[in-house]
Amino acid sequence: MDALSQTAEPRVVLSARGLGKDFSGFTAVNNVNLDVRHARIHALIGPNGAGKTTVFNLLTKFLQPTRGTITLMGTDITRMAPDAVARMGLVRSFQISAVFPHLTVLENVRVALQRPAELHTQFWRSLKALDVLNGRAEVLLDELGLTPWRDTRAADLSYGRKRVLEIATTLALDPEVLLLDEPMAGMGHEDVHTVADIIREVAKHRAVLMVEHNLSVVEDICDHVTVLQRGEILAEGDYATVSNDPRVRTAYMGSEA
Amino acid sequence: MARGSDTAPAEATPVREMGRGTRTLLLVLALAALIAAPFYVYPVFLMTLLCFGLFAAAFNLLLGYTGLLSFGHAAFFGGAAYFTAHAAKVWGWPPEFALLLGVIGAAGLGVVMGAIAIRRQGIYFAMITLALSQMFFFACLQMPFTHGEDGIQSVPRGRLFGLIDLNQTLNMYFFVLAVFLLGLLIIWRFVNSPFGMILKAIRENEQRAVSLGYAVPAFKLGAFVMSAALAGLAGGLKALVLQFATLTDVAWQMSGEVILMTLIGGIGTMLGPILGSSIVIALQQRLATSDFPVTIITGLVFMVCVLLFRRGLIGELAHSRIGRAMGLRPPG
Ligand SMILES: Nc1ncnc2c1ncn2[C@@H]1O[C@H](COP(=O)(O)OP(=O)(O)O)[C@@H](O)[C@H]1O
Ligand SMILES: [Mg+2]
Repeated sequence: MDALSQTAEPRVVLSARGLGKDFSGFTAVNNVNLDVRHARIHALIGPNGAGKTTVFNLLTKFLQPTRGTITLMGTDITRMAPDAVARMGLVRSFQISAVFPHLTVLENVRVALQRPAELHTQFWRSLKALDVLNGRAEVLLDELGLTPWRDTRAADLSYGRKRVLEIATTLALDPEVLLLDEPMAGMGHEDVHTVADIIREVAKHRAVLMVEHNLSVVEDICDHVTVLQRGEILAEGDYATVSNDPRVRTAYMGSEA
Repeated sequence: MARGSDTAPAEATPVREMGRGTRTLLLVLALAALIAAPFYVYPVFLMTLLCFGLFAAAFNLLLGYTGLLSFGHAAFFGGAAYFTAHAAKVWGWPPEFALLLGVIGAAGLGVVMGAIAIRRQGIYFAMITLALSQMFFFACLQMPFTHGEDGIQSVPRGRLFGLIDLNQTLNMYFFVLAVFLLGLLIIWRFVNSPFGMILKAIRENEQRAVSLGYAVPAFKLGAFVMSAALAGLAGGLKALVLQFATLTDVAWQMSGEVILMTLIGGIGTMLGPILGSSIVIALQQRLATSDFPVTIITGLVFMVCVLLFRRGLIGELAHSRIGRAMGLRPPG
């Protein structure tokens, strides 16, 4: 082993090659190459309508790509179903907060825990059978500061806390790769900091790909940035490189600053 | 965390526990009423109510608790009626096995129809179930064992477990009551089980359930087959009660009727479908001897209910103060 390989980037867990999607003639995503690495936070940024959510939908197989291939931990998942991909350890959140509104905070997290615990097909047992999951769920709630709302219906939570609950539910699956679509959109300052800390913490053991508009957050916590514009990659690199790229400045940051 | 609108978590719990005692009391009273009823009311009428109550409750398992509107449930109800009637009359099976055959047959039909329809959403799902149940209707019309327009008549009720003579009206009534309660218990358990929790999650946010790794079509199919099997239980029971199985039971009007019953009573509640079906059946029996067209009256009742009580009778009650005090749970 030479010195080079010791400082090398960690392994790629999710990668896309030549990814493209057409919606009845309109090309929403074209020729996108991505390498998402273990223990790294990778940001996907770009103006509204650039195709970021579509890329997420393609990677998680909620949409079938028109072109290209996707590989998850060495397995070609291009033709797989979205639930199968999730079971392999690629779990996403949604741009619009996705909780189960009429379930309590605890139940929301437990729904995620039920499948790995094989407690999802039993239709003859009482709901009490799920109490064995409470311990694990409560640890997660505690870690994310949701303990006081354990028995509150998710619908009654503030917006920021719904997003935190969504992250808790996602983490319950202990995923290898986490895809977060604008996890901080619409949050107040304090919440943004809390969530940024949470993401930094969870990324120690897994890969994170996130769409984020708040550039100071991106600068703060992301190791790698990919800029998307009109469905294509405009620039790529660490935050300093990307933010000094003149094309990025005119296309994206010019309007921000 | 910042202070949001949700800073009072402490008061979230007790609502659910409120009225629990009242609910138990009401259940005991209802049970007592069901036991006493055949001594005051015409038992065959009561048994018909129980059969259709179970049918509507089975249908509601799909519509109310899974969010799928089937327009083909007559196939399960009527199909099971034919299977049970045939087994009891032609093969001379005892009633419990004849009934079991009806349930298994309906579940089998449910697997086939469900597998074809389940991947469609909303109105397309309803259309496909309607089309498939119409195909089954024509199969019943053609097949010799159903005896076409005549149907299977004078089905023997037989002896339950070879011991209890079901030709004795009271024996039959308590058998039907037991099966009805068993059916409701199964639905209750199914809805309030680990599986039911995932069904609820799917109903609340299907995409999210998929992203958590749940194979949604398999869960929907499971609920569909369970609903079909229980609709079959109701249909087979009806064949033993009224001692015939005819094309009326598999016709599309029957599929429409069960939708009507469920919506009048309130979807997603345990009691709604039972109340709704009782109203519809009672109306039908009342008007059967008059010159008034029954379908127009039930249609009018339906319209009034949908316009005035959008959650159905029980659904509205559960949302009201009185309902809460009674310990009824609002759907959802
Ligand atoms: N299901 C769809 N059908 C047609 N067009 C779509 C669909 N989803 C997204 N688009 C289009 O693709 C483009 C990219 O959208 P999106 O991925 O949501 O952008 P972003 O998340 O970067 O704001 C937009 O022009 C949008 O209108
Ligand atoms: Mg988006």
